[in-house]
Amino acid sequence: MYRAHILVCGGTGCTSSGSPAIIDELNKELKAQGLEEEVKVVQTGCFGLCALGPIMIVYPEGAFYSRVELSDIPEIVSEHIVKGRIVERLLYSETVTEAGIKSLNETDFYKKQLRVALRNCGVINPENIDEYIGFGGYQALGKVLTEMTPQEVIDVIKESGLRGRGGGGFPTGLKWQFTANAESDQKYVACNADEGDPGAFMDRSVLEGDPHAVIEAMAIAGYAVGASQGYVYIRAEYPIAVQRLQIAIDQAREYGLLGKNIFEKGFDFDIEIRLGAGAFVCGEETALITSIEGNRGEPRPRPPFPAVKGLFGKPTLLNNVETYANITQIILNGPQWFANMGTEKSKGTKVFALGGKIKNTGLVEIPMGTTLREVIYDIGGGIPDGKKFKAAQTGGPSGGCIPADLIDIKIDYDNLLSIGSMMGSGGLIVMDEETCMVDIAKFFLEFTVEESCGKCTPCRVGTKRLLELLEKVTNGNGTLEDIDKMEALCHHIKSSSLCGLGQSAPNPVLSTLKYFRDEYVAHVVDKKCPAGVCKNLVQFKITDKCIGCTLCARNCPVNAISGEVKNMHTIDATKCIKCGVCMDKCKFKAIIKE
Amino acid sequence: MKSLAELAAIRDKMKAQVNIREENTENAIRVVVGMATCGIAAGARPVLNAFVEETAKRNLDNVMVTQTGCIGVCRLEPIVEITLPGEEKVTYVKMTPEKVAKVVADHIVNKKVVTEYTIGAAE
Repeated sequence: MYRAHILVCGGTGCTSSGSPAIIDELNKELKAQGLEEEVKVVQTGCFGLCALGPIMIVYPEGAFYSRVELSDIPEIVSEHIVKGRIVERLLYSETVTEAGIKSLNETDFYKKQLRVALRNCGVINPENIDEYIGFGGYQALGKVLTEMTPQEVIDVIKESGLRGRGGGGFPTGLKWQFTANAESDQKYVACNADEGDPGAFMDRSVLEGDPHAVIEAMAIAGYAVGASQGYVYIRAEYPIAVQRLQIAIDQAREYGLLGKNIFEKGFDFDIEIRLGAGAFVCGEETALITSIEGNRGEPRPRPPFPAVKGLFGKPTLLNNVETYANITQIILNGPQWFANMGTEKSKGTKVFALGGKIKNTGLVEIPMGTTLREVIYDIGGGIPDGKKFKAAQTGGPSGGCIPADLIDIKIDYDNLLSIGSMMGSGGLIVMDEETCMVDIAKFFLEFTVEESCGKCTPCRVGTKRLLELLEKVTNGNGTLEDIDKMEALCHHIKSSSLCGLGQSAPNPVLSTLKYFRDEYVAHVVDKKCPAGVCKNLVQFKITDKCIGCTLCARNCPVNAISGEVKNMHTIDATKCIKCGVCMDKCKFKAIIKE
Repeated sequence: MKSLAELAAIRDKMKAQVNIREENTENAIRVVVGMATCGIAAGARPVLNAFVEETAKRNLDNVMVTQTGCIGVCRLEPIVEITLPGEEKVTYVKMTPEKVAKVVADHIVNKKVVTEYTIGAAE
């Protein structure tokens, strides 16, 4: 029996900021003090506050230490563990109160969150099946196999109102019903873990922090639709998730929770991992299926839908990681419990990866219907350096932006669609006043051009031409006709592309055109970039505040600045590469960008 | 895994071990062991561990065993303070691992203070 548990985040974020070394050091230090029998060090999945990593939490006190360094470990052990004196300087400042420390769940970051899909992330050791079982794991599978018929399972999922968390928002129960209804000697259950949006890491975190939740849900799905084999399609760029998922599958097999005759109820189910090479298009369901089959990952026209003709030509149920992560809780707590969370047409919660110009970058799970303002200001802690919020991008390269005047929108599937964005898989990128919206559209277009598989012309050629037009605008060579041309081209690409990648690729352009058309006009008419981002459209100038200290001239990497000591300097615009070093260095704010 | 009973057995065994991570601080019975230099020198660590073992053995999942610094009466260490929800704290002094079993059984389980071990009896 251990008297204290030290939970250290082992998600990808904290791993890259050094948590494995911290775990080693903790174990070493505990051993040196003879405490290894009394205190247990547990590597968990993501806590969510990635901005403050490496993160650890010490129980029973629940002391939350952030930005822990190797050199802090001896102090944590000899003060906190040995003498019971919490190391206050390392506590997350929000948890420190005059009355002692307050629970993490009461801090602004966690208070408005509701963790369903992430319930075990940062709580259990994902590499230990016993801990998962200790927190109620595999109870849902047991209940389903012993008490429910496949149709009853499907009805529960339908009743809960759960919709696909991969982005489209298709009702999950219906998808299960279609697959169950299809007649075949063999069916498959597949999990889409090919998370490709730039800046999104929800599915990775679930697999890293709670892999058994996905395995259990896939087995339940297998029982419901009549499949005996499952595949998890995950990108090879997620090494920690792949490794933990494989460990979890092995442990589940060892316990007989995967394999033949589970719970002696005559139900067989097993899961295999298929690694993807990181092509964005493979997140599209038909391309993903083609890739699992061993072919080049290209989409094919639907119908037939995978529920009818999927993997190897057989009926296949394909859901996203986060969708599966909700299943066991719906089975255990009942569909009504789930349907009580969220809005009328979007039930439950949604996980978002917060990124960009926001204080608390990290992973959050909120009830549907939470406003964007709450996510950005209450949970996210607002925009750093007192800058102004300009827009947020949801849905990554397939989504659109939400401008500042729509910040009070309640986040759910239908609201986001109605303003020209989409839920997407959960990337949420925050932009401040220094972000150029044309440049952002260009960034996402560059991504889709790169990732277009090339099978259909509207996507392959259309996105390329669209990008060229955007480049023309950001280079200062655009015309008003180009803007109209872009808009028309966007609609052509949307209506004629084969798969979701092409159909949604113009969204970033369309939504920035809708809400920030004036910025496009400024680029083509005034030849100015209002945010000062597009290099061809900005000029650095030295004003008469200059006292001739020569600091800028000495730091200019291309010697574009000249002038005598104690006299005003000038910038040679033909030499200037617009790196902005002079502006950063100037102590008198004498250099301006216009 | 042959049956639900087997699964339940693992769950119950693990529950006792992972229960420490639940944050039910409001309704929990708090056991606080003084672990400053004076407490440690007087043998507070075996006392702390005995509380952990004893409460786990009895599946008492609403007990939070934790430490604190110097309570102030160093000559009476090891000192343990026990607070039941909504009640005044009770201070036990000169604790030993042997005394722990009785305190857990009488005070924590049956809500009867073990008067002879308290600071009132010692002074």
